[in-house]
Amino acid sequence: MRGPLRRPFPRDWFVRNGAYRRFMIRELTSIFVGGYIVFLLVWLHQLGQGPQQYHALVETMRHPLAVMLHVLALLAALYHSITWFNLTPIVMPLRIGEDRLPNAVVAIAMGYLPWVAVSGAILWGVLR
Amino acid sequence: MANRMITLEVFRYSPEGDDEATFQDYLVPYHEHWVVLDALNWIKDHADGTLSFRWSCRMGVCGSCGMMVNGEPKLTCAVFLKDYYPSPIRVEPLINFPVERDLVISMDDFLAKLQAVKPWLIREEEEPPADEYLQTPSQLAQYQQFSMCINCMLCYAACPEIEGIPDFLGPAAIALAHRYNLDSRDQGQSQRQEVLGGEEAVWGCTFVGECTAVCPKNVDPAGAIQQAKVASTKDWYRHVLLPWGKR
Ligand code: SF4
Ligand code: FES
Repeated sequence: MRGPLRRPFPRDWFVRNGAYRRFMIRELTSIFVGGYIVFLLVWLHQLGQGPQQYHALVETMRHPLAVMLHVLALLAALYHSITWFNLTPIVMPLRIGEDRLPNAVVAIAMGYLPWVAVSGAILWGVLR
Repeated sequence: MANRMITLEVFRYSPEGDDEATFQDYLVPYHEHWVVLDALNWIKDHADGTLSFRWSCRMGVCGSCGMMVNGEPKLTCAVFLKDYYPSPIRVEPLINFPVERDLVISMDDFLAKLQAVKPWLIREEEEPPADEYLQTPSQLAQYQQFSMCINCMLCYAACPEIEGIPDFLGPAAIALAHRYNLDSRDQGQSQRQEVLGGEEAVWGCTFVGECTAVCPKNVDPAGAIQQAKVASTKDWYRHVLLPWGKR
């Protein structure tokens, strides 16, 4: 008698359906988000080294490869942020009495609005 | 109309034999109003009495007929042949569980996990009240969704974490714990926190979300787990910032 049979979860589970794939993409985009923060810190450090390094760095950033990486990082950050904003109402549902506030309201109030506000403030600070 | 037929490719496994698990094909009469469970019962009655599977209510209430249907965890009493016809339908036991025989899985681990979260009202004082504990409709609404679970285990069969963390408490058990923590009549949150707060419980979840997608009762176990993470974090801060306070 061999007893019960153990069957492993399919190793390729993350390509097996759309929801699994979208989850995997969301997780992978975090690499770009994290990587870009490291890049920003390095850049800030370089900035502090004097005008020469600054100009050299600006030149490097004009390279098509650098531009492409920026576009990729932006797309990844957008995907990451938007998917998480849309999940906020599931993580932190808000209720008024018996009724749960609609998901869209929570996502806008707790995700999109603060996002627009902070982005606007930064933009104002830069352009002023 | 000629008698239409549909093929069911059914997972077979016997704990006594030496053979590997196999798939056996059965040709089953096709009826528009038949669900997969009807086809399995037809096989059992007319083609092969040795086929083993669990079922009871045939109406999505008992939670015992969960199987993988074409690779997706489903209540077989709730999926119609017509949604697959004329393609063959592949029926397997729920993944992530040891298979006892054919389509029957072992639920021992699952039942132990349910028990571990103390899924009952815990009160601090011993004496039960003379009359019932009152609850307002809005207090009921806090946890009602999480109390609809029928223990069908489909959510466990959708969860990729269980492979890596075999002792992962898992979606339904965490949702059940959260259900009692949210109940205004309950005072047992600190007792459940120990089981609920670890890497093998809420922090083992990476929020894939597929448990919620497959749940036939709209329990939203993924939501329950994330909300339990928030509650667990609050509990931790309370503990660290106010160590002298009541837990
Ligand atoms: S949470 Fe849903 S899928 Fe999981 S056992 Fe309960 S009813 Fe089934
Ligand atoms: S037989 Fe009861 S849920 Fe399917």
